[in-house]
Amino acid sequence: MIGLQHYMVVSAILFVMGVLGIFINRKNVIIILMAIELILLSVNINLVAFSAFLGDLVGQVFSMFVLTVAAGEAAIGLAILVIYFRGRGTIAVDDVNRMKG
Amino acid sequence: MIHVLAFYLFAILVVSSGALTILSRNPVHSVLWLILAFFNAAGLMILLGAEFIAMLLVIVYVGAVAVLFLFVVMMLDIDFAELRAGFVSYLPFGLLIAFVLLAEIVLGIGLWSAGPIELAQRAAPTAPDVSNIKAIGTLLYTRYIFLFEAAGIVLLVAMIGAIVLTHRARGGVKGQNIAKQNRRRPQDAVRNINQPIGQGVEL
Repeated sequence: MIGLQHYMVVSAILFVMGVLGIFINRKNVIIILMAIELILLSVNINLVAFSAFLGDLVGQVFSMFVLTVAAGEAAIGLAILVIYFRGRGTIAVDDVNRMKG
Repeated sequence: MIHVLAFYLFAILVVSSGALTILSRNPVHSVLWLILAFFNAAGLMILLGAEFIAMLLVIVYVGAVAVLFLFVVMMLDIDFAELRAGFVSYLPFGLLIAFVLLAEIVLGIGLWSAGPIELAQRAAPTAPDVSNIKAIGTLLYTRYIFLFEAAGIVLLVAMIGAIVLTHRARGGVKGQNIAKQNRRRPQDAVRNINQPIGQGVEL
């Protein structure tokens, strides 16, 4: 029988895959944003699994807010990417030093 | 039996398409694998009985976010082969971090499952005879109405921010000023002169 642990393991593997994606694609911002989407997806799976197995709907409500934030973050991130590319002609993360931070 | 089979199908597909998302050579393929991962995650949510979140995943993630990614990947003219340089050198360190993190999480899940969950009080218990969408709607429009409106404000700010960031004012473009056109009267624009024959017009 499929229990809560099964869903948690799937979510954990997906989360780790997102972290790995950030590490191995250090130069490509687009893939990094996709890896962040994977991480947020794994968080959603975890929230919904807990909500379903504990019989409490609040998890699904909060999963909706995570989804909202993910959509807003993707829109803003890609907008910043587009204006950065317009100014520099590249999106390599290594030479993002315009603000000398 | 069919439930177990469906769970393993969706789980294996979501994990493998997630892996292919971060490993693909071509970012367009990455986006397509990401879409497959979203669809299979929606399948997992349906297995859990959360139809509303599953539909939201398909509509918002696949319909909006993934298409936005695809649009940006195809719009920007980037040499992706150059960005992939150093991929192999980052791989061992990344794999090390990933394995440590995964081992910690799986260990945590294993230790946690040793004891049963005792919830003293459920915040919003699921009623057995109410459909998922109706229950979520009731909860969202009553108790969580302010959080719902806060989510709306987040989306509004994100939308305005994206427009402000990417909008650029071009110089040297002639636009139509309707108020100025409407203000113009015939006596400002037309002049009656008695032009003598054989002379040029002075403007």
